[in-house]
Amino acid sequence: MKTIGQLSEALRLREVSSVELVQDALARIAVAQPRFNAFITVDADAALAAARDADAARARGEAGALTGIPIAHKDVLMTAGMRTTCGSRMLAEFVAPYDAHVVTRLRDAGTVLVGKTNMDEFAMGSSNESSYFGPARNPWNPAHIPGGSSGGSAAAIAAALVPGTTGTDTGGSIRQPAAMCGITGIKPTYGLCSRYGLVAFASSLDTPGVFARDALGCALLLDAMAGHDARDSTSLDRPPEDRSRALRESATAKPLAGLRIGLPREYFGDGVDAAVAGAIDTALGALRALGATTVDIGLPAVKHSVPVYYVIAPAEASSNLSRFDGVRYGHRAGHYTDLADMYCRSRAEGFGAEVKRRILVGTYVLSHGYYDAYYLKAQQVRRLIAQDFARAYRDCDVIVGPTAPTAAFPIGAKTDDPVQMYLNDIFTIAANLTGSPALSIPCGCTADGLPIGLQIQGNHFEEARILNVAHRFQQATDWHLRTPPGVESAVRKGGP
Amino acid sequence: MALTSDDVQRLARLARIEIDAGATRDVQAKLDAIFAMIDELLSIDTAGIVPMAHAQDLMLPLREDAVTETDRHALYQQGAPSVAGGLYLVPKVIE
Amino acid sequence: MSWEVVIGLETHAQLSTVSKIFSGASTAFGAAPNTQASAIDIALPGVLPVLNRGAVERAIRFGLAVGATINRRSVFARKNYFYPDLPKGYQISQYEIPVVQGGALTIATDAGEKTVRLTRAHLEEDAGKSLHEGLPEGLTDVSGIDLNRAGTPLLEIVSEPDMRSSAEAVAYARKLHALVMWIGICDGNMQEGSFRCDANVSVRRAGEPLGTRCEIKNLNSFRFLQQAIDYEVRRQIELIEDGGSVVQETRLYDPDRNETRPMRSKEDAQDYRYFRDPDLPPLTLDDAWIERVHAAMPELPEAMRARLVAQHGITDYDAAQLTSSRALVDYYGAAAAALPAKDAAAHKLVANWVLGEFSAARNRSDVAVAAAPVPPAQLAGLLRRIADGTLSGKMAKEVFDALWAGEAAGDDDADAIIERRGLRQVSDTGAIEALVDQVIAANSATVAEFRAGKEKAFNSLVGQVMKASKGKANPAQVNDVLRRRLEA
Repeated sequence: MKTIGQLSEALRLREVSSVELVQDALARIAVAQPRFNAFITVDADAALAAARDADAARARGEAGALTGIPIAHKDVLMTAGMRTTCGSRMLAEFVAPYDAHVVTRLRDAGTVLVGKTNMDEFAMGSSNESSYFGPARNPWNPAHIPGGSSGGSAAAIAAALVPGTTGTDTGGSIRQPAAMCGITGIKPTYGLCSRYGLVAFASSLDTPGVFARDALGCALLLDAMAGHDARDSTSLDRPPEDRSRALRESATAKPLAGLRIGLPREYFGDGVDAAVAGAIDTALGALRALGATTVDIGLPAVKHSVPVYYVIAPAEASSNLSRFDGVRYGHRAGHYTDLADMYCRSRAEGFGAEVKRRILVGTYVLSHGYYDAYYLKAQQVRRLIAQDFARAYRDCDVIVGPTAPTAAFPIGAKTDDPVQMYLNDIFTIAANLTGSPALSIPCGCTADGLPIGLQIQGNHFEEARILNVAHRFQQATDWHLRTPPGVESAVRKGGP
Repeated sequence: MALTSDDVQRLARLARIEIDAGATRDVQAKLDAIFAMIDELLSIDTAGIVPMAHAQDLMLPLREDAVTETDRHALYQQGAPSVAGGLYLVPKVIE
Repeated sequence: MSWEVVIGLETHAQLSTVSKIFSGASTAFGAAPNTQASAIDIALPGVLPVLNRGAVERAIRFGLAVGATINRRSVFARKNYFYPDLPKGYQISQYEIPVVQGGALTIATDAGEKTVRLTRAHLEEDAGKSLHEGLPEGLTDVSGIDLNRAGTPLLEIVSEPDMRSSAEAVAYARKLHALVMWIGICDGNMQEGSFRCDANVSVRRAGEPLGTRCEIKNLNSFRFLQQAIDYEVRRQIELIEDGGSVVQETRLYDPDRNETRPMRSKEDAQDYRYFRDPDLPPLTLDDAWIERVHAAMPELPEAMRARLVAQHGITDYDAAQLTSSRALVDYYGAAAAALPAKDAAAHKLVANWVLGEFSAARNRSDVAVAAAPVPPAQLAGLLRRIADGTLSGKMAKEVFDALWAGEAAGDDDADAIIERRGLRQVSDTGAIEALVDQVIAANSATVAEFRAGKEKAFNSLVGQVMKASKGKANPAQVNDVLRRRLEA
């Protein structure tokens, strides 16, 4: 599968049309869907129509870098006229009456929407197992999870179904599946991409972002997607940026000369799988070879990020999900005795176990007598964590470590132990608490052939910098170009 | 902090989620495990730390007072569970 | 044993913005169900609130009008509860830090003026409506939800528990009602629910700590406010005197039965789980904006009252009455401006008529000032004829009633009615002297009684002269001439 940059070039040179790319994507999806369950909805007719429009636009000389590129959206983003389920029975039949801001922006940039990807229900999960539509599977080994919550979006790229997808990241939901599936995924600074039309999980943490095979593809998608939106009061009004420009400059011998990489002690201790630790070490060697220096740093409060997250995110979620009451849209129970019973049954039937659990946790930590002990306390520790990062960025430019402590685990391994599941996010949550950008790139694999992800974090608005570090690494390595066994053979002959 | 089954039922009622009596024990056990993890926060010294509600220190933007919306209730009610005469119907509300 | 009544009011004033507090949907009253409920108002998944500047500006205006602190930073929170007219499952409201803090209102009571302190005023969104009647045919055991009202901006104005009787509570509510209309932040239409009160009522024996309070919800007329409080006070006193105790609860007033009863929907112990709304950063106000709002404020009632006494020479009582309503004082001002004379006598004449005949007629026909059939210029046309002696008071009343009944339209139409009805007062001295002489000649016995010192006899003779003139003689002149003739 080619990268977005390569496809963009092929489209520009008329070596391929958007219609051909979309036909190819649809063919691949048809083959792959039973194996990986990466999609919840595919709209072939709409996709082909949009591809024809894109080709026509190109013929008129109105094409941009992304015109005609097939993409898929995580099914938590509203897409007008297309089903938007959030991976939940609650919205299993819900057709969105409007487009999310990022959906509009990517359409305006010429991308062609093929369908909606599988996800953990309401983005709550790290394995995609909480989807009402069944788990998406890891293309590197379908018995393993693809990560979550944006598991379908990551699997769709790893399986070479589409070259780019969107995701959302509340505690690691882009970076962790990117790591599990061996692809590139970035969570930008909070506020850079509008949350309007993103079905809220935890509003102060939810961040739209993107997946692609490589950093350049992510940069192109991110540039198209980012931008101020007056309908989101937390959207930032900043001048537009060209985050791919630095990436397109030709490489020098030491492209990362002068870059100071912070290595947090807390990311390299016990609990990190040996294969993961080894791959990270090797990657650090490669980064040093590119001219970067490394410096040890301490982020002592980061160890509390999982409990902080599991207070703040459920608290906000318990309130955000109150609108799903069976009155105006969504699932309503078939039988009930009165209004209260209708609420209780509709929500009991419409939500899965993990969502219900988090609503109950959130209800508890906000309830009378516990608010100070849990909710305010968590917000105070959130500040301690943010202060750690602010201090660290005085000594380094980026912070690097493993994205997750292990590679993808087998489906079912942790479903009965939520706390073990939560600990998967130990390295990713902090960037959501601080609102700063972070990405994951593939940097190795386990003996079983499962990918390992390297996380690169930067200070607020430093997307261009971390993307450049990732890009230079990818110029020197080929982990991002590897495809799961059997994936290419699923492609019809003659495809791009 | 360990929850009682009454606590679980009280939370379920507050959150309007029915939990069968039979499932209460399992829910309770999983919530207990989660709170055992969360309770690590309680011992952290946070004296004088200002709570952080948001990642960015933003100012609230304001919109001008103008009507920008049109009637779209037919579209919005297409998938509604129960409507009549433009109204959403629910079991009788008792005030 | 004497009981003391303690009352605090929470008033919800719908702010007069054209669009909703967090969406661009219209706030106009009376539209077909859900036609003014936008994606944000019905809480579609993924939508977000954006605050209406007009709502904030009105809150600032209110704060300035009551001498409150305008908080430069205030915070929106979510109040979480499930109710079908609350689409998000939470209400966005200000909780810990409201935009307006403190302030006071002065009310008139039997014992003189009294200050009622305000705790706060905060911005929040209104809920939709649950309809139980008038549903489409054949629907039973259901309620219909109309979300047109959902998201209408509200200013919730909370008083301290400073009122000691239902009369004081009503005086406060009326004063507040007049003020929000005066400063143009609320249309004050109570039938449409633009101004609604919740009353917190408790009783205690003199000198004892505060009793347990009950909250009576949604009182949308001053009469209901008074009746509900009176009922609730009696209920609480009887309960305690019978050895019981008051339970803190939310109650609903039933005007048909004139009683309050507990609200079933509030029976659950409420736990609103307030927390800062992560969709809305703190509201920050800069001094320049507040200064601009301040500069654009209309003259406030108290200041205008003092000015009318000083500049127009009317009594403080009349000035207070006139400034009880923006519409009324504007009417007074327009009528006074249309009169050629600008002295105290002219202003007093206008004030007397606006507060007298005009207000009485308005009350009889139950019409608002703006809808009164006699516009100010027309009243001024009538008053001009009183001032120049053309009309007696009695004649003027007749002309006014004719104007009110719509007998003539136009600014000079008092004159037209005077002409048509031949109501011109006789002020010709010669004519009056002739009448007086006739009456003296025909009533020698009464004249004798007067000369013997009976002052009453004089009034009788005046009456005879007036009768002889068919009521048209100028009474002051008749008095004058008669006394001169009798004492000659």
